[in-house]
Amino acid sequence: MADTMQFDLVSPERSLASLQASAVQIPGSEGDMTAMPQHAPTLTTLRPGILKVEAPEGTSEYLVTGGFAQISAEGLSVLAEKAVPMDEMTRAHLDELIEEARTMYKTAQEDDSEHGLVEDAAKLLADMEALGTHMSL
Amino acid sequence: MPSLKDLKNRISSVKNTRKITKAMQMVAAAKLRRAQEAAEDARPYAERFNAVLAGLAASVGNSDTAPKLLAGTGSDQVQLLVVMTAERGLCGGFNSNIAKLARLKAQELQAAGKVVKILTVGKKGRDVLKRDFADLFVGHVDLTEVKRVGYSDAQGIAKDVLSRFDAGEFDVATIFYAKFQNVVTQIPTAQQIIPAQFDADGAEEVSGLVDYEPSEEAILADLLPRGVATQIFAGLLENGASEQGARMSAMDNATRNAGDMIDKLTIEYNRSRQAVITNELIEIISGAEAL
Repeated sequence: MADTMQFDLVSPERSLASLQASAVQIPGSEGDMTAMPQHAPTLTTLRPGILKVEAPEGTSEYLVTGGFAQISAEGLSVLAEKAVPMDEMTRAHLDELIEEARTMYKTAQEDDSEHGLVEDAAKLLADMEALGTHMSL
Repeated sequence: MPSLKDLKNRISSVKNTRKITKAMQMVAAAKLRRAQEAAEDARPYAERFNAVLAGLAASVGNSDTAPKLLAGTGSDQVQLLVVMTAERGLCGGFNSNIAKLARLKAQELQAAGKVVKILTVGKKGRDVLKRDFADLFVGHVDLTEVKRVGYSDAQGIAKDVLSRFDAGEFDVATIFYAKFQNVVTQIPTAQQIIPAQFDADGAEEVSGLVDYEPSEEAILADLLPRGVATQIFAGLLENGASEQGARMSAMDNATRNAGDMIDKLTIEYNRSRQAVITNELIEIISGAEAL
């Protein structure tokens, strides 16, 4: 059994990582999952959260928002709408994200057109705030 | 015949112009490199995204519940043209080529009895199209303040387009931009983004063995709006590289023309200087002979 798999993390603006990983923890929209080599082919959307990559060279963490992850026989590709390496992440950065989520929540509430939108925005806001606690910033 | 002084002034002003165009060319070259890098960095994302989306679309697309963004509204009566051009001029035929393509398309659609709406991104295209289609404009996105096009800019445009689509303002959306081939060639391109179209050969074989979380349909519904943003972003980046490339070659031509002009003016200047000297000599000699 192969003990590593190809892992790619790309955002619309650049490719952040492309390496051999032994396990990757993915914040899936329906719950976290850890992908290891030989994982069953899966396609999942992401919620804002932390992506943890375990590679033989060490672990690294990325903050990702929306997007999706594709696990296939060749490996794992994560296409995140926004991806920031954890060590570049600052409180100000997070505040910005939270602020963004909050405005979205507010506009969704005001429009009140589709019920789903308000819920989505509320969930996004909660996710963002949970992130803050997780990072203990 | 211009006097010597006039010629001298003329030469120095052309020299200044040459300096400016040379500087602009070098700036464009530097910016081009960055724009090209940005376009290349964005490519893996767009490629994978489209592959996955095409696979999903192939497996879900034909069902009755397919999202409107994929299946369309069932009509193509109202067409939205999103024309993306530069904010600045002095880049050769870049802006006018895109505008020309958009104009042809708009006229063709109008001749076919369709309703055309135009959304412009970038000031230059708007100025050109205003002459013929001012009454068709539904909106304008200003990127003058944006130094470096980011994904969030594309998201903003996509949001605007999608909300219009949700409101039933149009049935089909097409984006216009210039594809970057190389510094001398930029190809104006029209690409339909709503309903989404995929290259059949780009589709990745997503077999029935794949687990979907959440369901296939939900993922597709989540990804399609992002797909619109991704395509717009790719278009913006191609445009960015094309604009700088076009400007670079336009400024290169201008610099060369200025050089030719300086040479010509210098020859003229030397000739008239010579003529003045000859005249003076003739005057002196004939004055001496008269004595």
